Order: sequence, then C-alpha cells, then structure tokens
Amino acid sequence: MNLAIRDIRYHRGRFILTTIGLGLLIGVVISMGGIYRGLSADALAILESVKADIWVVQQDTNGPFAESSRIPEDITYRIKAVPGVTEASPLSFQTIQVERKGKPFRFFLIGYDLNGFGGPTEILGGRNIRQKHYEMVAAKAMKIAIGEKIRLGLHDYTVVGITGKVVSSGGDPAAYVSLADAQDIQFKKDNDAIRNDRARIDANLAGIQSLSPVQAKYLKQNIAGITESTHTVNAVVARLSPGANLLEVQERISRWNHFRPISAEEQIRILTKGMIEKARMQIGLFRVILLVISAVIISLIIYTSTIDKIKVIATLKLIGAQNRVIIGMILQQSLLMGVIAYVIGYGLILLTYEKFPRRIVLETFDLQALFGIVIVICTVSSFVGIRKALKIEPGEALGG
Amino acid sequence: MYAIEVENLTKIYGKGDTAVTAIADASLQVKPGELVAILGPSGSGKTTLLTAIGLINEPTRGKVVIDGVTVADEGWLAGLDLKRLRREKLGFIFQAHNLIPFLTAMENVMIALEINHQTRSEAKDRATELLSALNLGHRLNNYPMSLSGGEAQRVAIARALANKPKVILADEPTAALDTENGKNVMVLLKKLAVGNHSAVLVVTHDHRMVEGFDRIFNVRDGRIVS
Ligand SMILES: Nc1ncnc2c1ncn2[C@@H]1O[C@H](COP(=O)(O)OP(=O)(O)OP(=O)(O)O)[C@@H](O)[C@H]1O
Ligand SMILES: [Mg+2]
Repeated sequence: MNLAIRDIRYHRGRFILTTIGLGLLIGVVISMGGIYRGLSADALAILESVKADIWVVQQDTNGPFAESSRIPEDITYRIKAVPGVTEASPLSFQTIQVERKGKPFRFFLIGYDLNGFGGPTEILGGRNIRQKHYEMVAAKAMKIAIGEKIRLGLHDYTVVGITGKVVSSGGDPAAYVSLADAQDIQFKKDNDAIRNDRARIDANLAGIQSLSPVQAKYLKQNIAGITESTHTVNAVVARLSPGANLLEVQERISRWNHFRPISAEEQIRILTKGMIEKARMQIGLFRVILLVISAVIISLIIYTSTIDKIKVIATLKLIGAQNRVIIGMILQQSLLMGVIAYVIGYGLILLTYEKFPRRIVLETFDLQALFGIVIVICTVSSFVGIRKALKIEPGEALGG
Repeated sequence: MYAIEVENLTKIYGKGDTAVTAIADASLQVKPGELVAILGPSGSGKTTLLTAIGLINEPTRGKVVIDGVTVADEGWLAGLDLKRLRREKLGFIFQAHNLIPFLTAMENVMIALEINHQTRSEAKDRATELLSALNLGHRLNNYPMSLSGGEAQRVAIARALANKPKVILADEPTAALDTENGKNVMVLLKKLAVGNHSAVLVVTHDHRMVEGFDRIFNVRDGRIVS
C-alpha cells in the first residue's frame, strides 16, 4: 500500500493547490531559461540570415549591432577585389519607431543591395522586392498585411512580401527595403534642412574674399553634393571562397585603415558576450532565486505535513513499521509534488510560449537539467521532514 | 510458558531531584489466552507498565519476557529488533483509536499486515475477515472520520489482532466510549482474543469494564498492591 498516495488522495485539495502554485513557479523558471535562449537566438538571427564570413565596419567600432558604424558604400568594390572574397554587399540597419493605428510600431529596417546578398532568406507570402524603390518585405511578427503602406521619412512604402522570424538583437521584427531607400530614410534631409544648409554654405563662402562668384558657385555645388550624399552604409558583408584564408583577407582590409573586418565568429562573440551577457546573468540570478524559493516552499510543505502526521508516524512506528516505510512516504510525497509541479509548469509553457512577447526557445538539455534540479531539490527538501519523522518516538502515539 | 513475564520491573523517569519512580518492583505473569486488567487511579503508573511491556518505554530495572523472548533485563537487551518484535508479537489498542486518518477502515488493518510482509491480497482477505467478525463488514471503505467512536475502536481492535499477536496491550480502550459501546467493544475484544489464544492486558480506571476478566491487578503509586 502506498501511504504517500493515500495521504495525497485524502488531502487532495491542499496537494493540488500547492502543486499548482509550485508548477507556476517552475513554469516561470522554464520560461526564463527559454527567454535566455531566445535572447541568444534573436541576437544571432540577422547574423544567421546574412551568412557572411566577414563584416567590414567602421574602424575602432564593434559593428552596427553594438554601436554606430558608418562606412562609405563604394568600399564594397574594393572589398570585392580582395583575393579570396567571392561576393561583398553593403547593408544598412536602423531601428524605426512610428505611430501606427495609434500605437508605437517598432521594427528593425534592413537595407540591402537588391543585386547583392543580406536580403530576406525566405518569403512566406507575396514576393521579394523587385522595384528599386518604395517596396518593403516585412517579418511575419510585424503583423502587417501585404499591400499595406507605411510612411517612412519622405515616402510611403508598400509591403509586398512577408518573411519569417528575423529579428534585431533587441527582439524587434525586421523589415527589408532596398539599400537606396534605406539610405534615404536614414540620411536624407528634409527640404527645410537642405535649404538651411545651403544658406549656411552660401554665407560661409561669401565670407571668403578671394573667391570669385563663379568659383563660389561651383564650390557650393560640390559641398552640397557631399553633405547631401546618402551613400553611406553601416557595414559591408563579404563571403569568402572555400579555400580562402580568413586571416589573410582580414589583414588586407585592416591595412587600408579606416575599416575593421570582423569575422563571423567575432561578431557572434560581440553579440552574445557583449550585448546579452548582462541579461543572461540577470535571468540566471532570477532562476536561482526562484529555485531557492521553490526549495524553501517544498521544505516547508513537507515539514508541516510531517508535523501534521506526527501521530500517524508515531502510530506506524508503534505497530512496528520499518523506517523505510516512513521515509518512503515522505520522500515519495516530495518527489511526486516536484514531478507533478514540473509537468504543470512545462505544460503551461508549452501551451503559451508562442504567445510570449519575446521569443522563448525551449531546449531539451535545459528542460532535462531543470527536471534533474527539481528532483534534487525535492529529495534534499524532504530531508528536513524525514529528520523530524525519524526523531518521533512511538510513545507519542499514546494519550490525547 | 507465559505470554508475558515481568519481574521486579522499575521505571524511573528523569534523574536526581526531579526523578519520578512511575513503577516500582512490579512483577506479573500472564498466560496465553488469559484476560488481565490493570486497574488504578490516574498517575498510578498503568501506562508506564503497559508501555514497558509493549517495548516502547525502556525499563530502568527488572526483567521483561514476551512469548519466551527476554527483551529487557536491566534495560533493553542489546541486538533486539524492537520494531520487529512489536509487529510480530504485540497488538496495541489505545484510548484514542489512533487510526490513520487517510486510510480507510480496511486499509488501516491492511497496513499492519503489509508491514509484516503479507501480500496485498492476503492482507485484504484477513482485513475483510476480521472487520466482518467485528460487525464492520459494511464500513470497509469508510475513512476514520466517518466512523462512530465505537466503530473506530473496533477497527483498532482488528488492526491489533491482524498479525495474530501473542500479546494484546490496550490502554483505556473504552475511555472515549459510552458505557454501552464500551461494553460492546470489550465483549468483542475478549471473544476474538480468546479465540486467538492471545494474552490480553487491559489498562483502565473503570471498574465496570473489567467484568469477566480472569485476573485484576490493582496499582497504587507505581506498585501492584493486589
Ligand atoms: N515521560 C515522562 N516523564 C516524566 N514523568 C512521567 C513520564 N510519563 C509519566 N510520568 C509520570 O509517571 C507517573 C505515572 O504515569 P502514567 O502515565 O504511567 O500513569 P497512568 O496510571 O497511566 O495515569 P492515567 O490514568 O492518567 O493515564 C506519573 O506521575 C507521571 O507524571
Ligand atoms: Mg495512562
């Protein structure tokens, strides 16, 4: 006869409530692990969709995902010419937040060369960008329909296709436009600003006595051309031929000064170590705290349920029950509570994780490790109850 | 051979100034199938005597022999498995029925059998048989909460008898029952114990409950006076 189960069955209301509570706690622990894995996956999502071997960024920076990086677009041609490089393509990144239907609407805009790479890797609906201007492919997570228009900068962009789960390292869904459009959105000044700038150039040139009016006119055109140029990108990505030596290519690009060639591996390190390390530690700390709370709760429940059973345990000892009968009852109850709570927590997350605002990635290893930890916690927690139970004297069954 | 043999048993609680001599130099013998009552006022040492015989309370001095096994001689003998002796040779009935609240009547009897290595089906058969003999055939699946005091005490009797013990020890088994129910419980206990050839030692302070007993020991201040 299994005393643990009989006891639970008799006090089922109490057991169910505490187990559900514990299950919720374990669910939170599972989801936190999932959020951490999701952070990693999100941080690397763009990296994985671009599949570049080298990211060329502004010198002394850690690239566009970590800080601001600006390099001229035409460097792409020089990179293409480096031996070992098979293709190179400029990319522009920016986070956009606009009002849409009265709510803030945030996404990560990627501009790519329609003839290069780094664009959407899968098209779930509609089509890829075909026109050089005013077309957009949006991630499914943006929940925007094909044919809808969004105003960005000075123009309206029409959604022509839907892509999969690409997000920024901050978890915002990605949208793609052509590089030229992205540059316009990022760098193009509005008409008032342009007029202001030109006036300022005029005033400055007028101050230079030695310039003839004709010289001043050409100079003004040139200066305006430079200041109004939008041919800047945030990174140029390159792929190498199979036998190419990564270090050699990096060496060569470094020699030009002004640029830093980051390998894919370094980029992963920058994204995971630098950007999500703190989040990871924070989440790890919360998980530990929650597990400690679970352990305390289980210990308390087992201890009080042992106290409630002092008379039962004394009676069992009196009629000659072996210690293993008593230890078994307490340990099994603790384990049963842990296992059922785990199943509740896991089931809950399994049913809801897709509706979480951030991506939850459930990894088998994490789930198994947590299960192991729960079992250990239950076993250790039951020791307080078992210790108490073993100290109970059979004589305590007498009287009252 | 006696079922219970007690020789010059003394139990002193505590030490020094606070020492209480609960039982002093008690001697008694009970044969198998014999019904014996221990009668005495509150605090006279009845429970102490019963628990010393019941291998729950270590005697300070003196000898205790249960079913031919010497269990105490100036304290417990070394190397005894007291729990095993308790479950094989002794049956206990208490003032409060001490049934396990989360087990049904039948399971309360079965647990005593299962810890004594009976199979589940053997235990079930024996429990059903005993409870039916105690007129509880219709209460097998009731939890103790839903049993009357008399019914609960009869389940406790069934549990005490389950392993056919050589000795049954009962401490005020009828104290929580009215006279009618108390007498009824006593009659059943006597009937079944005698049928089993168990020696029965009943502690009580109620003279009315000891009708038909073979012998009565009167205890005063820790001494058996008659
Ligand atoms: N664990 C203990 N520690 C110290 N003294 C005790 C202990 N148990 C009993 N005593 C004392 O021993 C004496 C005998 O107690 P015992 O319980 O045997 O009496 P009793 O005859 O069963 O009384 P009652 O009819 O009230 O149950 C009492 O004076 C009691 O205070
Ligand atoms: Mg007493």
